[in-house]
Amino acid sequence: MGLVARHLEEAGIPTVVAGSARDIVEECGVARFVFTDFPLGNPTGKPGDVAMQRDIVGTGLDLLERAWLPRTTVQTPYVWEADDNDGWRDHFMRVDDSNRAALAAAGEARRRDQAAAKTDGRARTT
Amino acid sequence: MAVTERSGQQKNGRQGNGRKPDGRRAYRSYLSYIDKSREYYGAHGYPQPYQWAYNHEVAFTPLSKPLSECTVGLVTTSFFRAGSEPAGVPAARPKRPYAARCDDALEGLYNNDLFWDKDNTHTEDLDTYLPINRLREFAAEGRIGAVSERFYGIPTDYSHRRTQRNDSPHIEEWMREDGVDVAFLVPL
Repeated sequence: MGLVARHLEEAGIPTVVAGSARDIVEECGVARFVFTDFPLGNPTGKPGDVAMQRDIVGTGLDLLERAWLPRTTVQTPYVWEADDNDGWRDHFMRVDDSNRAALAAAGEARRRDQAAAKTDGRARTT
Repeated sequence: MAVTERSGQQKNGRQGNGRKPDGRRAYRSYLSYIDKSREYYGAHGYPQPYQWAYNHEVAFTPLSKPLSECTVGLVTTSFFRAGSEPAGVPAARPKRPYAARCDDALEGLYNNDLFWDKDNTHTEDLDTYLPINRLREFAAEGRIGAVSERFYGIPTDYSHRRTQRNDSPHIEEWMREDGVDVAFLVPL
């Protein structure tokens, strides 16, 4: 998505990106970025929270008017879990000794499936 | 008493995992998805990490007229459920970029096939990832000129080249057809 924003900006269309994967967007490099530090899935606000959604979208509009340099990132003030805001971070794509073997096995199984699908595909086309 | 122990832990300002909500940390607090995905897929036995886009130079286009006169176009990475595409939206797989009427998306889009935190949240509220209703409210109030009647979808393609050379120009072309002045992009 950052690549699309870059293309539009180069073509003369001002852009703002609203997202939660800060490093991916900033490494790609965009003109204006509204960052909300949430689990991936709700970059413009929590489900059912219209006021928050409005504030995040409104921040994007403010940024379109007020940013004067590219790579302008604004972080909204919202936290996902006020009591334990590291829980979701620790859980997501977790890799540790408790699941390392299971992840390796899942990768093996997936590669076997893909290889089998490829073989089937060849069989059908010949 | 165990309960007292736990409340005592909260009194000193630490969360359940022992980290303070404010204070010093050895790591950045927000997640690095580049680091996470490299370790995660590495643990699956994929030796070659994904090569993320990195650019030093970034273009910047200022607004050419007041925002209250601008038509805003939304861009999403979500798609219509396969087989449920409205007329004019290609049902092709692999996915291709598309333009569709905002009114056709109000019931929600399909994104279970995308990479997001399905354990901690959901995408049943459209405005959490494609804020058509919120932007229409801003249009009704005069904060923006209008919301484009169409929004635009882009595949999260593994190939940077396809996104840059094929998909992005399509989005630009549709935006020009629709008189879009500014783009509001929301990657899931």
